[in-house]
Amino acid sequence: MTKSELVEKIVESNSVLTRKESELVVNLVFDAMSAALKKGEKVEIRGFGSFTIRERGPREARNPKSGEVVRIPAKRTPFFKTGKDLRERVNTLD
Amino acid sequence: MTKADIVEKIYEKVGFSKKESAELVELVFDIIKDTLESGDKIKIAGFGNFVVKEKADRRGRNPQTGDEIIIAARRILTFKPSQVLKASINDK
Repeated sequence: MTKSELVEKIVESNSVLTRKESELVVNLVFDAMSAALKKGEKVEIRGFGSFTIRERGPREARNPKSGEVVRIPAKRTPFFKTGKDLRERVNTLD
Repeated sequence: MTKADIVEKIYEKVGFSKKESAELVELVFDIIKDTLESGDKIKIAGFGNFVVKEKADRRGRNPQTGDEIIIAARRILTFKPSQVLKASINDK
């Protein structure tokens, strides 16, 4: 399901909402989460999961083509931990 | 940040009541959860993809006792952040 399909599904489930409003809501949800992560804040969505920022230290790697050593600087990366409820719901093998 | 902060943003920017804003945020996550539960993935351009992956049985060890155990097949949810999100987080 893509973002636009999600927008459509919300319009179908909520009779008073226009497509434009639904799109605005979906964009605001993800923009708000992105903005918080950008500030280094944790995002916690009860029943869904939480997003945190993990620090990755600098490392040395090799360019596979030339064999040259390349320094890779420290990075921050978003990490998602699935909430307990959702983890159990997803794991229903059928 | 929690769901309440997202609700507040929607209340400020869209002009729905607090109650309506809260219901909408709940609806967004409910649809996402139902979709993932059905095994389908969620792709949000500019944010990332949530994908359900099938894990096969594997052998593991109880780290405390050293006993070998079978870890049963299961389905797990993974999140792959988009390039846009990763870049924005590293841009200071």
